[in-house]
Amino acid sequence: MDPKTYKFDTLSLHAGYMPSKNAGSRQVPIYQTTSYMFDDVDHAAALFNLERGGHIYSRISNPTVQVLEERVAALEGGTAALATASGMSAIFLTIMTLCNAGDHVVVSSQLYGGTVNLFRLTLPKFGIKATFVKPRDTEGFKKAIQDNTKCIYGELVGNPGNELMNLPEISNIAHEAGIPVIIDSTYQTPYLFKPLEHGADFVVHSLTKWMAGHGSSMAGILVEGGKFDFLKTDKFPTMTEPYEGYHGLSFAEEFGPVAFTMKARAEGMRDMGPCLSPQNAWNVLQGIETLSVRMEKHCSNALKMVEYLSNHESVAWVSHASLKDNPDYELAKKLLPKGTGSMIAFGIKGGKEAGAAFIDNVKLASHLANVGDTRTLVIHPASATHSQMDEATLKLANMSHDMIRLSVGIEDIEDIINDFEDGFRAAKKPRLVSNK
Amino acid sequence: MKFKVNNKEVFASTGGRPFDKKKPLIIFIHGSGLSHITWVLQTRYFAFHGYSILAIDLPGHGYSEGPALESIEEQGKWISDVIDSVEMKEASLVGHSQGCLIVLECASQFPEKVKSIGLMGGAGAIPMNPELLDLAEKGDPKAVDLMMDWAHGPAGHFGGHPVPGLHHMNLGGSIVVNGSVKNALGVDFRACDNYKNGFEAAKKIKCPAINILGDRDRMCPVKAGKKLAENIENSEVEIIENCGHMILLEEAGKSLEILKKFIRKNHPV
Repeated sequence: MDPKTYKFDTLSLHAGYMPSKNAGSRQVPIYQTTSYMFDDVDHAAALFNLERGGHIYSRISNPTVQVLEERVAALEGGTAALATASGMSAIFLTIMTLCNAGDHVVVSSQLYGGTVNLFRLTLPKFGIKATFVKPRDTEGFKKAIQDNTKCIYGELVGNPGNELMNLPEISNIAHEAGIPVIIDSTYQTPYLFKPLEHGADFVVHSLTKWMAGHGSSMAGILVEGGKFDFLKTDKFPTMTEPYEGYHGLSFAEEFGPVAFTMKARAEGMRDMGPCLSPQNAWNVLQGIETLSVRMEKHCSNALKMVEYLSNHESVAWVSHASLKDNPDYELAKKLLPKGTGSMIAFGIKGGKEAGAAFIDNVKLASHLANVGDTRTLVIHPASATHSQMDEATLKLANMSHDMIRLSVGIEDIEDIINDFEDGFRAAKKPRLVSNK
Repeated sequence: MKFKVNNKEVFASTGGRPFDKKKPLIIFIHGSGLSHITWVLQTRYFAFHGYSILAIDLPGHGYSEGPALESIEEQGKWISDVIDSVEMKEASLVGHSQGCLIVLECASQFPEKVKSIGLMGGAGAIPMNPELLDLAEKGDPKAVDLMMDWAHGPAGHFGGHPVPGLHHMNLGGSIVVNGSVKNALGVDFRACDNYKNGFEAAKKIKCPAINILGDRDRMCPVKAGKKLAENIENSEVEIIENCGHMILLEEAGKSLEILKKFIRKNHPV
């Protein structure tokens, strides 16, 4: 006897939406509205006081966005989700909901450059400080925890170096210290990895990337796992003690496994307002419908590119956890059995100049500041996405000036390889190309 | 709030307002393996509209000290002890699923303490599927998945939670898993399966009653709910369309409206 609940591929298409509640519309309608009619004064008051569910104003929630939220919650195995205007706003909202001035967070040193700067430069302005730890240094995460530490934050596969965090072990460390783990799972999507099943308490995504796939729309999301019990510690008074903003509501007491999302929405969306437009939510939903088939192709193309690059005379090194000599090979086999993703970092012989010549001479691969598009993308992180990091931070992130970050698309693999051949040919004569 | 019942610590949500003995009391009683969290879309409304609320965690559930009580009869008596412990004379009782059986027992054993009863997905008996019972008693989380599958109607399986962003089945499942599958859900399922006194208890109940049913409920179908209502002298029945067994969440708004009307009429402020 097994439960007849819907599986991943079905949920990608159907979760969060019932046509019978939407005039029979098979496709999710775009609710392009700012606000919603109340039945009467009592109904309005009840909605504002969280006595009943429903929509008030699209900065707080919207029916189209709600479908996306429930769909991603279903795919991640979360109790609740809250969509935001971008991945960065999802991270900011999560940290601001969890932390107060005077708090501290322990953060992986291999993160998207924007996230590094958020933790390094912006959050300290709000009195929230971070200690960076190299992703493979599991013991380092433990040592970095202080009395005022409120979470461990990281990306399972770090950007752009592709080094893995040992999430199950790091989660145990966090939980022993009474703090939650937040994982940015943009690189994996729930098709490859569900952090909540491996000890994470919250997941954030830039939905702009693989989840949407089409590279047309910005979106982010926070997903709650429902297992972190704020009432079992005194570290999070804003979750457990009466909140003046809702007549003395204790979010943890009233909402239990969805308390964090409820607070992030009720307080964070109300006060900061990084809401997702219904049009962009709809665009992302179109992408999620084909998530499984796209991720399969991304991963199979990535494996072929790893093999190609590893054997190429112009390539100094390749970082991808599918390689047997990669320090993360065994951990990746355990945590990522469906594939290690389509992000590859490699070093080009000839250093920065050769790298620039390579990028300027590929034609099919797009040179831009994004990852996870259906199209193949390349960038030189040290001069672009991570250029605002100082030398010390670049070193901590294990980033070298010869590094090229490759996001493998789902084009025909022969065409990608032919394009790279043109790039490598030009990279052998960087000065000539540069002069030209 | 936390208080003592029979020298053991009990947790109950008061719906976001301080407990006040001067206000009429409504006690909300959750279903098997669950906790006070399931009632949040009913309790806050009543708490802010003149009532004192206790959405209790049964012993061994949520934040209440264990162990879980092993029979519905004991649980019914325990609700009476809760009323005594907070120094109140009477309460209206609202139950869901197993909570309905507990309401029947309490209202029949202690009629002087029960003003009115609201049932959601109430039946006179809840015989358990033997395989599900066995899985729960062994602490197998598969029992939770099966329970969530059967308990939810179309909204639970597809989506459309009344609170934007919440996921029906993952939320329900996490409440059970965060407790103890073996020591809470397993004990509850056995108590339900053993309980044979539902219809006899129902016949003794004289206070006003309402049974709110979901027409897609596979755990306590409409037929079983109507049969229970026929055995209560003064019972109404309300049926909500396209709704499974998790009426209090799947159709939180409709069930609240029905309950509001019923409680205001039979236990006014």
